[in-house]
Parts: sequence; C-alpha cells; structure tokens
Amino acid sequence: MPLTPVLTQRFAAERSWTLETYERLDGYAALRQALAMTPDELVALVKDSGLRGRGGAGFPTGMKWSFIPQPKPGETPTGPAAAPKYLVVNADEGEPGTCKDVPLMMADPHSLIEGVAIAAYAIRSHFAVIYVRGEAVHAHRRLVAAVQEAYAAGYLGTDVLGSGWDVELVVHAGAGAYICGEETALLESLEGYRGQPRLKPPFPAVAGLYGSPTVINNVETLATVPYVVRGGAEWFKRFGPEKSPGPKIYSLSGRVVHPGQYEAPMGTTMRELLAMAGGVRPGHRLKFWTPGGSSTPYFTPEHLDVPLDFDSVGKAGSMLGTTALMVFDETDSIVEATLRFTEFYAHESCGKCTPCREGTSWLVQVLERLVHGQGKATDLDLLTDIADNILGRSFCALGDGATSCIASSMKYFRDDYVALLPPDEQVRLGRSLRLEPVAAVPVGAMA
Amino acid sequence: MTALGSSREAEATTGLDAGPTAHVADLPPLTAQTEAEARELMARYPQPRSALLPMLHLVQSVQGYVSPEGVGFCARLLGLTKAEIGAVATFYTMFKRHPTGEHLVSVCTNTLCAVLGGKRIYDALSADLGVGHDQTTADGTITLEHAECLAACDHAPVVTVDYEFYDQQDVESARALVTALRMGEKPPPTRGAPLTDFRGVSRQLAGLSQHADAAAAQAAVDGPSAGVPTLVGVRLAAERGETAPPYDTPEPEPAPAPDVPTAGTTGETPAEQAADTAVAAAGNPAERAGAEQHHPDTPEPAGRQPAERGAEGTDRPATQGQAGSGTSVEREV
Ligand SMILES: Cc1cc2nc3c(=O)[nH]c(=O)nc-3n(C[C@H](O)[C@H](O)[C@H](O)COP(=O)(O)O)c2cc1C
Ligand code: SF4
Ligand code: FES
Repeated sequence: MPLTPVLTQRFAAERSWTLETYERLDGYAALRQALAMTPDELVALVKDSGLRGRGGAGFPTGMKWSFIPQPKPGETPTGPAAAPKYLVVNADEGEPGTCKDVPLMMADPHSLIEGVAIAAYAIRSHFAVIYVRGEAVHAHRRLVAAVQEAYAAGYLGTDVLGSGWDVELVVHAGAGAYICGEETALLESLEGYRGQPRLKPPFPAVAGLYGSPTVINNVETLATVPYVVRGGAEWFKRFGPEKSPGPKIYSLSGRVVHPGQYEAPMGTTMRELLAMAGGVRPGHRLKFWTPGGSSTPYFTPEHLDVPLDFDSVGKAGSMLGTTALMVFDETDSIVEATLRFTEFYAHESCGKCTPCREGTSWLVQVLERLVHGQGKATDLDLLTDIADNILGRSFCALGDGATSCIASSMKYFRDDYVALLPPDEQVRLGRSLRLEPVAAVPVGAMA
Repeated sequence: MTALGSSREAEATTGLDAGPTAHVADLPPLTAQTEAEARELMARYPQPRSALLPMLHLVQSVQGYVSPEGVGFCARLLGLTKAEIGAVATFYTMFKRHPTGEHLVSVCTNTLCAVLGGKRIYDALSADLGVGHDQTTADGTITLEHAECLAACDHAPVVTVDYEFYDQQDVESARALVTALRMGEKPPPTRGAPLTDFRGVSRQLAGLSQHADAAAAQAAVDGPSAGVPTLVGVRLAAERGETAPPYDTPEPEPAPAPDVPTAGTTGETPAEQAADTAVAAAGNPAERAGAEQHHPDTPEPAGRQPAERGAEGTDRPATQGQAGSGTSVEREV
C-alpha cells in the first residue's frame, strides 16, 4: 500500500502550527460544512464512514456519539437528556511505544481543535476539555496558543461562525500517571481526584464528567473527523478494509533504520511499513515487535503479513492498540524487555484492585530473578499462573494489558526463558540448554 | 495562611515532605496574586475542583514543589481538607514532594529507550551527579529522575529538561547537556521552547502565560517541534509521489457561513468545484516538495547520526523550503 498523508499532510508546512497555515491549507472548511448540517446528520455521517476510535479499543466513533442521550423533539427532557453534555479529548498518550498524538498536537494543533468543534456540535455540547499529558509540555503550549487563535477567529466561543451555537474549550494538563489515559480514571483526574478508574456501567455516555453524558475520544480520532466531513463516508472507506477503514498513523520505533511516523491506509502490513522505514538495522534480524504498544501481545516475524487493522490483528492473536510498532532484533532479550514493561505496569498500577496491584509486583519479582540467572524451573508456570489470575479479574484494562507481554512471550519464546535458568533447574524442567536461533527473517532482503 | 508546619504529623497527614527547613526557609511565598490566579483557574471549569491539578502546578511554579503551604493554599481555596489535597498530590509523579532543582532532568528508561541506550544514559548521569532517582544535586541545579515512556519513542533515546525534548541522545551528549546546565547555560532543546526552568514551565502547565513579553511567548510557541522521524513519512510520500486519494467530486462546497444556503444547494458550477479540488490537492504536496527540495539528506531520511542532532531536529528545513518551491510543485503535481 502507498503512503497516504492525510492527518500528517501539513506536518512539513512552514509554521504548520499556526492558524494562518492551517486556513491556507483547507483548515476550518470542514467546520463550516459541519455547521451547515444538523447534529444528527453529522453523527450519521461519522457512523457511515466506519471511523473507529484510535485510542486503542477501536470503538465505532459515530456509535459512541449516538449514545449521548438527547432531548426528543416536542418533549421536555428529563434525566441525562436534560443534563449538559461534555466532550473530553484523551491526549494522555502514555502507552509505551505510542508516539503519534504528541507529534500531531505539536505539528497541527488546529486539526484537533477543528475536530473537537465538530464533535462538540454533533453531540450538542457547549464545553470541551483537552486533557493533555503533563509531560507533553510543548504540545500543551501549542494547543493553548492555537485555542487562543481559534477563539479570536470565531471558531470557538459564543455564536461560532454565526451559527448561534456556543462552545468553550479548555486545555488541561495532567500530572504524570499512565492510568489517567483510561477514560474513567481520566474523568476522575479531571474532576480533581486521584486518577482511579470508575465502575462501568454507568458508562460515560450516560454518567461521565460531573455525572453528565460525556464523550471521550482520542486525539487522532478527533483529528480525523474534519477529513471525514470534507471527503465524505465513501471517500473515507477507500482507505483499507471495510470494517476498519481510514488513514492511520503508524509509529515505527526501535531497531529500524528510519524510525518515525508513517501514515498509510488501515490494513497496511508490517512488511510494507518496515520496507518504508529502511528495514531492520543492517546486519540484524527482526525478532519480535508490538503491533500497538506494550499492552498488545508481541508479534514475531511470522506476523509480518498480517494486515494492521483492528479485526485482522485481533484474529492473529494480538490487538491493533495504538499502532505503536516497536521493533526489536536478535540482540534484544525478550525476557528483559518483558521485565521492563512489567516494571512499568507495577509502577503505574493505581492500586485500586488486588489482582493488578499485587500481581504486577509479583511478576516483577519472578522476572527479575529469571533475568539474574536465579530462576527456578517452576517460575515459568508461575508467571503464567499469575498472569492468568490478573487477566479478566482486574478492575480495568491496565491489569489485562499487563499480562499481554507475559503470555505472548511465553507462547513464542519459551526457550528464551528456559535458557536463563541455571543448568540444574533446566534439568529439573527436563530440558537441556538448547539455544536454537529463534525464527527470524532477513528483513533487509525483502524490499 | 496557615501552612502545615514541618512536623512528622504534617507529613503523615499529607504524605508530602514537611522539611527540610533549610530549603523551605527561602521559599517564595504564595501571594495575593497567586491566589487571584488560582481563582482564575477555578473559574474555567463547571466545577472549581477540576482546577486542582492546575493549581498544584501553580504551586510548583512558585515554590518548586508541592509544599505544605501549597497544600493548605489549595485546601483553603477549594474548601477541602489538607489530607484530601495530599491524597491527590501524592498520586501523580509530576507533583514533587521535595524542593526541585532549577532544572528537572528526566531520562526515559522504558523498554524502547532503554534498549537503545536510555538505561546507560541514566546510570552515567546518576554517577556523574552523585544522585539517584528523584534526588537533587547539592548545588540545587539539577533534579534527576528516570521517566516512563515519554511518547517520543521514534526519537529514542530521549532525555527531557523541564519537559522539553532532547532527542536521540547518547551518554556523551547527555553528559554535555547536563554539564552545560550546571554551568548555567540553557542549550536549546531538539523539540520544545527555549529553556526556562522547572518553575517557569510549571506555570505553562498550570495554564497560565509563562512569559511577560509577547515576543518571548511567541518564541516559546515557535520552538521547533518536528524532528526527522516526525516528517519521515510525509517526505517519503513526497519523494515517491504518493498521496491520499483526492476528495470525491463533486466536492461539497464549504458553506461560507451557516446563514448562507447550505452545501449542495448553491448551484456552484462543476468547473468551479473542480478548480477548488485541484487547489486543495495541490496545496500539500507543494509544501512537502518545498521541504524536500532544500533538504540535502532526503530522500534517505537521516537516521541516528549524531551530526544531525542539532540541525535536523528542527522545523527550519521545511521553513526554508517554502520560498521558491514553485518548480517542484509542478514536478510534484
Ligand atoms: C491503562 C489505559 C491507558 C489508556 N491510555 C490512553 C491514552 O493515553 N490515550 C487514549 O486516547 N486512550 C487511552 N486509553 C483508552 C481509553 O480508555 C479510551 O478507550 C479512548 O480514549 C477512547 O477514545 P477513542 O474511542 O477515540 O479510541 C487507555 C486505556 C487504558 C485501559
Ligand atoms: S487493574 Fe490496576 S490500574 Fe486498573 S483499577 Fe485495578 S489496580 Fe487500578
Ligand atoms: S520508550 Fe522512551 S519515549 Fe517511549
């Protein structure tokens, strides 16, 4: 598949972050178009386009918007339909490997703001917040400046472009907590509490920010919306598979020659992307990679031709997540990588539920002794057991995500764990040190 | 205002550092102006408590950490207990429990950066500075920490100073950076605003303007953002002549204003529509081609060569490329 810069099309433009550049390059045309439509027409358009959330779970965006209870014509609204509606942008980008939203907000903040304005209008909201990860200070700074420009130009504030509709947009900085990317934890944090997830249901669409109906969308999701409006649903579906369409920013990092952001249709394969990125560094071979960040099960060279869209990656045993393609070669230890990821989850566990809080720390202990050559034969099964007890028993998806690297590394690279055991423990396991070269393909040879 | 005193009891109440008094003694006070600013933050949200995180950033912008006085300040303004404020502050890693040095140096040691050298960088800096995680040098210039993934893995390994990015570092470059900081210099970040200090940037995070004069504020916003990895895909697309499919025609006309007849009913001629579409399609390849033309190291985007670090990690090439990109536009379109 070819590269198809849509969201990234302005990245190289002169002073791409300014209103002047944005307007010159078709900026805010979609908002004008949207305001000429009814909110319901907009929701229907986004539904028809097949756009799915880019925050990791791939939930259909139009459907999410349609869940917001709205007053029925001719009736006096009660309950959630009568409450104010809120739009919250999840700009907390913290999933290890993920690095798409921060560059987008730095290079083209107005595309996000335009998407926010359109989405807020579609769900009949008058108050929106962009919750930006605190460490992303330059993105925060650019957003604040862009929001000011947008207010001054009449794209935000009272009576937007003469439409009679008002919207306020606040840029809010987080303070360093991965769990605040989880949507209900984000709401807690935004209300001024510790960022601990809430029980669902009720879902945010009914009881979200301040107990009112709330849509939470990822940065890339909302930045895509203006193009859906401009191009239409049929145009949008021309990118990639029917059930998972659209242009997508793929972020390659690690052992590749040219790491960075590559925007291509959904369903592009890792083989194609690696070729664009110049392949794995010379003289080395791909060993393992993640399709969508550290919470998605590892893939191996045998998965190079899996189309990277939500459904195909799911079928192949992992998750598309955030299309954070971290690439590791044969010099990288999968057990050490897994230890580092697990330390991350143990550190970021919010402590609310026992399986995750205790389980992740226990995993770290076991992995540490394995990495230090002090593992026991029983540790391999122990790791699997602990992971099984976290998965599906955790209060939120952080706990589940923490088990992905354990289960998938065990599945594809069990020998790498065995090789770390002291010789007598290997004997106990009924195996001898047998270090076969792990399956690998010469990536450089494929372009 | 009553700050919690430096006592065991205070520490137990808030979970925050109630000492050491030596540092605390010369803390700038939270003034009436600070209070006015905090109230401004509270007024931005439907419910004032939503301003708590911004207010804690504000406290840090004055005092360099969440001091007992700052806890009391937030509690009083929001009508909460100090324990409630402390419980929130201690949850977030960016809220510091001890006075922070002039600069906060964060080294990413999550897996991707660690594999590419981040762990070595952290260990080297820690040894050089004689401090560990979340500790401050005796001269008060640097607080060191190891950080989790900073959403910059394509620029790995990364170090941030006051949250501005120094991309593709190695042990030597990071050492040079920290040495310069300790000598009072402020080396420009690869991506980010000209350095100020930890307190300055905390004002930005609070949601308040950090710079008194407009020129400095603009310079901060204009600080470089797009490194080679950010642009590698768009440059490759330009080089190969690959683009997204053009919008479907007839293109819906953007309604100039909602009080004007809506899209599809204005009877714009097909020729006009086609012209619009052509302009829309041409705009961006032109930008890209322009950037391309003045870029000696593309089409092969330079990888991780140290020489590139300073010059490449800026938006300047694209900027220069703007002028006189006419010919390449034609070639491109
Ligand atoms: C631990 C955890 C961290 C998350 N971090 C983020 C994040 O940083 N950004 C994001 O957009 N979604 C994140 N999510 C997903 C959100 O909960 C939510 O599904 C998403 O923001 C919805 O947006 P979308 O429908 O546009 O994809 C995270 C989920 C979990 C469980
Ligand atoms: S799974 Fe982990 S992060 Fe999620 S609620 Fe439980 S302890 Fe908190
Ligand atoms: S791992 Fe260091 S920035 Fe992502």
